Amino acid sequence: MNRRTDNGTLWPVAARWEDLVAIIEARALARTFTGRKGREKTEVVAVAGVDLSVDEGEIVGFLGPNGAGKTTTLRMLTTLLRPTSGTATVAGFDVARDPVEVRQRIGYVSQSGSTSPEARAGEEVVDHGLLYGISKAQAEARGRELFEQLDLDGLWERQPKAMSGGQRRRLDIAMGLVHDPSLVFLDEPTTGLDPQARANLWEHIADLRDKRGRTVFLTTHYLDEADALCDRILVIDQGMIVASNTPDALKREVSGDLIMLELVDPSRAGDAAERLKAAGSTEPEIDGASVQARVPGAGSVLAGLLRSLDSVGVELASIDVRRPTLDDVFLTVTGRSLREGA
Amino acid sequence: MTTTPTASAVTTATGKRRSSFWHDTFVIFRRQFRLAVRNPAWVIIGLLQPVLYLVLFGPLLEPLAGAIGAENAYTFFVPGLLVQLGIFGAFFAGFSLISEWRSGVVEAERVTPASRTALLVGRVLRDVVQLFVQGVVLIVLSFAFGLRASPGGLLLGLLIVVLLGVACASASNALALTTKSEDVMAPLINSIALPVLLLSGILLPISARSGAPDWLVTLSDFMPTKYIVNAVRDAFASDFTTANVLWGVLWTIGLTALAVWAGTRTFRRENS
Ligand SMILES: Nc1ncnc2c1ncn2[C@@H]1O[C@H](COP(=O)(O)OP(=O)(O)OP(=O)(O)O)[C@@H](O)[C@H]1O
Ligand SMILES: [Mg+2]
Repeated sequence: MNRRTDNGTLWPVAARWEDLVAIIEARALARTFTGRKGREKTEVVAVAGVDLSVDEGEIVGFLGPNGAGKTTTLRMLTTLLRPTSGTATVAGFDVARDPVEVRQRIGYVSQSGSTSPEARAGEEVVDHGLLYGISKAQAEARGRELFEQLDLDGLWERQPKAMSGGQRRRLDIAMGLVHDPSLVFLDEPTTGLDPQARANLWEHIADLRDKRGRTVFLTTHYLDEADALCDRILVIDQGMIVASNTPDALKREVSGDLIMLELVDPSRAGDAAERLKAAGSTEPEIDGASVQARVPGAGSVLAGLLRSLDSVGVELASIDVRRPTLDDVFLTVTGRSLREGA
Repeated sequence: MTTTPTASAVTTATGKRRSSFWHDTFVIFRRQFRLAVRNPAWVIIGLLQPVLYLVLFGPLLEPLAGAIGAENAYTFFVPGLLVQLGIFGAFFAGFSLISEWRSGVVEAERVTPASRTALLVGRVLRDVVQLFVQGVVLIVLSFAFGLRASPGGLLLGLLIVVLLGVACASASNALALTTKSEDVMAPLINSIALPVLLLSGILLPISARSGAPDWLVTLSDFMPTKYIVNAVRDAFASDFTTANVLWGVLWTIGLTALAVWAGTRTFRRENS
């Protein structure tokens, strides 16, 4: 809790989004799992207190490492799990008081499968639609349409056990979308998909927003996915939201652009660092002839910086500006990298 | 730009309607039944069971009947076989739910607005249909072997057994979703079913007349299934107004209500 208020700058959205009517609204949502290990009682704080607000028509990405509490939060928002404390309103209804009303209005694709291996794909999708109360004809039409859009042509009669992992994943997604919900929760929808299938699904999800006005709340630990697909990103770590904004704003606010100077004369590194700091950078790192530091919005300081370096006679061999990546953001707010192998 | 998420604004474009208990139950039942019928083992073993009981066990019955003092061996023993079929078959029904839970089907169903009771009852209906067919096969075969009973008696007997099947299948499903492990559930079921089977006089009646010691008789008096077996026996013998029938029917209804309630709770509970 206090981590959020300490880092006021990491939470610039709360004030802005609060005035709008949200389709998802969570306040201090928390979940502790109690288990038993031998005679001792064990407690796992999966979600420590999450405040979030999602607007209609947004695609919001929930980004976080393994065990951060993404699935647990999603299961609370979809009424599958009762919060230990805190409240959440989804699609206008309280998840604890009116779970049926919430269920009626949402779709959910869980992280791990949703079909029987022995069943037939098409029948599973239609039955799922029927449980939402849509007619058989509607379920069948929408199911077949989804199969076509998700590249599952010809697999309507196939048993899930005879489908590839990626095909099964897309079948799960078809299940969650068959009743055309206005709000969809997708838990790591692209895990196990090849690059082409992933790009196709991104397009499909973007279409849900653009063509149907749907709201999508998805979890991922792929930075490129969050970057390419999401209007807004919530970074969760150890059960708490540590940053929340548009991908661009996050990159801008949290880390700034990296300016890398290569000097002709290494002995002038100190002067170069001083000029960088004067231009509003972070504490520069000096390594021989190279000096680098982060500056929020490098585009607007670069001209001035070059002039000031010139005025003190620091000669540059090269200058490079790198836009921050989401991984930089992630590293800054969690102290860890999400990049593979990092 | 944003609109208020009132009920109408957030319902789907396809204009869904609220689903009802019977509708949901039917959807779940049809799915379960379809899966079961496509499994040849389920059909063959299901039909073979009553046949085996009669063919392998029947020859022993006639000499036994005289010793116990029953007039018609089959009228006496078939009710026991029926109850056993109901208890055992239905007790193992929960196993398929564990693999369904593992593949995420239960969670996928739980996230829909479907009635939680329907999620249970739809599944139990599949087992009830199986039990009913098995019961009818057993009764028809027994007629060939020499069973004699009135249609009303058979109907009441079968009804009691089917209700008992609902109770046992519900309990089994509840147990499945609670343990979530075949390795825990199998010994648990065996340790419940075996004493029930032995103590309720399903195969051999426990009474002073059959030569049972007092302590065994007293112990068996605590077994609800003893009254249920006796109720089916009396029904087959067309004695509809006995205390046995009253207690048997009451126990069956009570157990069924309790088990359906417990089963629904496990579907409602988180972590299932
Ligand atoms: N049923 C449970 N019982 C006990 N602990 C649990 C349970 N479910 C989750 N946890 C714990 O809660 C924490 C958060 O888990 P959660 O599944 O929400 O993480 P996640 O962000 O979805 O991770 P991943 O990226 O691996 O899917 C983890 O430490 C996990 O071990
Ligand atoms: Mg997860």
